[in-house]
Amino acid sequence: MNRYPWWKNLLVAAALLVGLLYALPNFFGLAPALQISPENRAASEEDLRRVTLGFGVVGVKAQSVDLPDGQVVARFADVSEQLAARSQVQAVLGRDYLVALNLVPSAPDWLKALGAEPMFLGLDLRGGVHFLMEVDMNAAVAAAGERYEEDMRVLLREQNIRYLSSTRVVGDADRSGVLIKFREAPARDEAVKVIRSDHPELEIEELSRDGAPALELLFSDDFLRETRDWAVQQNITTLRNRVNELGVAEPIIQRQGESRIIVQLPGIQDPTRAKEVLGATATLEFKLVNEEADPAAVLDGRPVPGSRVYPMRDGGRILLKKRTILTGESITDASSGIDSQTGGPVVHVSLDGRGAKLFEQVTGENIGRRLAVIFIENKMAEILGDNGEVRRVAQVSEEVITAPVIQDRLGRRFQITGLDSPQEARDLALLLRAGSLAAPVTIVEERTVGPSLGQDNIRQGVYAVIIGLLLVAVFTVFWYRGFGAVAVLALGFNLLLLVALLSLLQATLTLPGIAGIVLTVGMAIDANVLIFERIREEIANGNSPQASIRAGYEKAFGTILDANVTTLIAAVVLFIFGTGPIRGFAVTLSLGLITSMFTAIMVTRAIVNLLYGNRRLSRLAI
Amino acid sequence: MAYRRVAMVVSALLLVGSMASLAVRGLNFGIDFTGGTLVEVRYSVPGDVGDVRNALLDGGFADATAQHFGDASDVLVRLPASDTGDLGVRVLQALRAAAAEGETVDLRREEFVGPQVGDELAEDGALAMIWALGGILVYIAFRFRWQFALGAIAALVHDTIITVGFFSVTRLPFDLTVLAALLAVIGYSLNDTIVIFDRIRETFLRRRKGTVMELIDRSLNETLSRTLVTGVTTLLVLVALLVVGGEVIRGFAIALILGVVIGTYSSLYIASPVLSMLGLTREDMLEGEKEQAVP
Repeated sequence: MNRYPWWKNLLVAAALLVGLLYALPNFFGLAPALQISPENRAASEEDLRRVTLGFGVVGVKAQSVDLPDGQVVARFADVSEQLAARSQVQAVLGRDYLVALNLVPSAPDWLKALGAEPMFLGLDLRGGVHFLMEVDMNAAVAAAGERYEEDMRVLLREQNIRYLSSTRVVGDADRSGVLIKFREAPARDEAVKVIRSDHPELEIEELSRDGAPALELLFSDDFLRETRDWAVQQNITTLRNRVNELGVAEPIIQRQGESRIIVQLPGIQDPTRAKEVLGATATLEFKLVNEEADPAAVLDGRPVPGSRVYPMRDGGRILLKKRTILTGESITDASSGIDSQTGGPVVHVSLDGRGAKLFEQVTGENIGRRLAVIFIENKMAEILGDNGEVRRVAQVSEEVITAPVIQDRLGRRFQITGLDSPQEARDLALLLRAGSLAAPVTIVEERTVGPSLGQDNIRQGVYAVIIGLLLVAVFTVFWYRGFGAVAVLALGFNLLLLVALLSLLQATLTLPGIAGIVLTVGMAIDANVLIFERIREEIANGNSPQASIRAGYEKAFGTILDANVTTLIAAVVLFIFGTGPIRGFAVTLSLGLITSMFTAIMVTRAIVNLLYGNRRLSRLAI
Repeated sequence: MAYRRVAMVVSALLLVGSMASLAVRGLNFGIDFTGGTLVEVRYSVPGDVGDVRNALLDGGFADATAQHFGDASDVLVRLPASDTGDLGVRVLQALRAAAAEGETVDLRREEFVGPQVGDELAEDGALAMIWALGGILVYIAFRFRWQFALGAIAALVHDTIITVGFFSVTRLPFDLTVLAALLAVIGYSLNDTIVIFDRIRETFLRRRKGTVMELIDRSLNETLSRTLVTGVTTLLVLVALLVVGGEVIRGFAIALILGVVIGTYSSLYIASPVLSMLGLTREDMLEGEKEQAVP
């Protein structure tokens, strides 16, 4: 007699129940929705009322409008209604609200309360943009070099140490810092003392350059690593802010490896706009105009100590003092508008406390002089060299957009004029709000999937699974009769468990992932084939049906284990080395192997025992 | 197995042919590995791909290639490796500008892979292959004996080279999904081989009579029906995937279908004969069993 202990039957029943429960949300599908949230706070009942009111004003009809998890969610019947509603809703609600496209589960609330959510769809299934960005680490180190060069000047001046010049050391990636030349050795010795106590992160080397005593201050390895890490972290923060400005629900922004950042924007229809906003490295700097120097000398290109020549946007050049009074980092808010007097585009800027204090002081001391606003744009280009290697070239464009005379002491709020168009004013305001990138980024990989392709992929994938399952079912029942039917039942159960597990883990399902599920359907039956073939053999050897069943399961187990573990090795390797969609394949394949071991062995055994276990059998339907 | 000699010749021919094709023609690598830009668009009206090519020429994309993808309203445009990721958008603009009155051009998919990333993906792919084979080698050597590990690896290398060779001969694009399929082929072929090895071990321990070759043949025959049934069920789902799974997954399905057929064949005709060629004896098995008597 073949009987399972009660706890094994219970385990199978419990797994079936839990599997059914957590796979269930997937059958309800996803509804196109708008996710509306007020800027910088959770939505309240009041917001819900305002949004509903706004919908009424523009005549947008949503299927439902609710307030889960601190944001207003409006569901629509289809994508075109959702898209149409978005622009209208954004227009009526204004800039105080972020309106993002999203797909939300249509499952009933009691399922959500249990934490049952549908599988998380990858970009190739839901549509959207994937960017892989490379952060320019050399630029990050170079920026630190520039900062230190300026700091050293200030430090030496404060300490009344006379020096000849201070320049940046530009070596290879690991050798970067500042070179200071002195007139005489005692000044240098004094400088060493001061710098050592103020900047322990610098490695100081004494040497002589062009006959003058000099100091080479090199960044330590720790400092370089910190600088690079900081650049990536800072860029991630900035990118996150910018993505919020784009209005994307559930974006993914994460670091990959040393110097790369992955940005995934589900539901974005227009990659161009996303690229413009994300990749833009524009920022502003404010510097005073050097009005003492001889203009003729400037035009001759003769260097003026502490100053530099910049191009003006409307032609011509201008000499600015090197010291930067403010950078984009001090800006807390910016909005675009129209100047009431000239009618030209302007950007209204608000500063943080520290920036405002500094700005107030400098502008107060320099009334009647001119203040230049410099627009800086960093671009990186990857160029394929003659010998096939990839070279990266930084292109920095700096131009003075305006240099008005300071009329009065400027405080927290002021406006910038001299912009070309209202679009430029809007973009600049957006960039200033979101913060600037600490180092320029290059997009090294981009994948965009349109929403129509995403839906086709889902449909075709689901068809493939269903048709594959049917074909296997017909063949197996034909081949193994009663036992074949048991195996098919277990296969369906396996599919259910796999979907439940993927939903529970919220692993990303991709199109290759669906292919992995299809493959699992084909291969999972293998364990049962092994068992059934063994049972047939045992019967052929003249054993009784009950003994054959027992022996079949027992003898096949070792083989099944060996076969699955080796396949699992291949799947895990694929997971480790694979990226993006390929990973999805590795995940479904590995999970499928594990669930299929359970269903093909334990579940079929439980069913077989239930059907045949307590009966005296003369022959088996196998 | 009487056909063993024939099989050896067939395998040798296929291997030589595959390697010759790989050496001469190489693979038609997708942009995942070469870098480049790919744009898939859907026209509202099915049209002639020649018009698309003209539109691309007029737009200044002389080195772009265009072909139908799936059906007559979908067109796939490929551009060689470049420095910037803007090309896809510009291609779309050029196609929209050239489209007839009232005809719409929808972006289905756009991919840009920088040259550096392409190199890295290729490198990672090669590494994945090596690690997978290495990991399997160790596991089998641990669970069975070294002859089995070498036999399995011989079969896997055989399958991989012939499958890749097929992609070289047919010029089907070789991209990341095909690479994933190759690793799945390794998994499948291995599954098959292991089941047979398991039976060979068991037969060696159970039967005292017969030469090594006879015992191997006997094991193959005993597992033959299982080998074929599993092959059939796997092929059934893969054919479903090929037919209804869509264009994107086509290369994947083709690689796997081919791989399953060759993997089944190699388990029977390559992996097992290698065992006897490597001088496996019954004493080896008995000794091996003693070593792992207490697992």
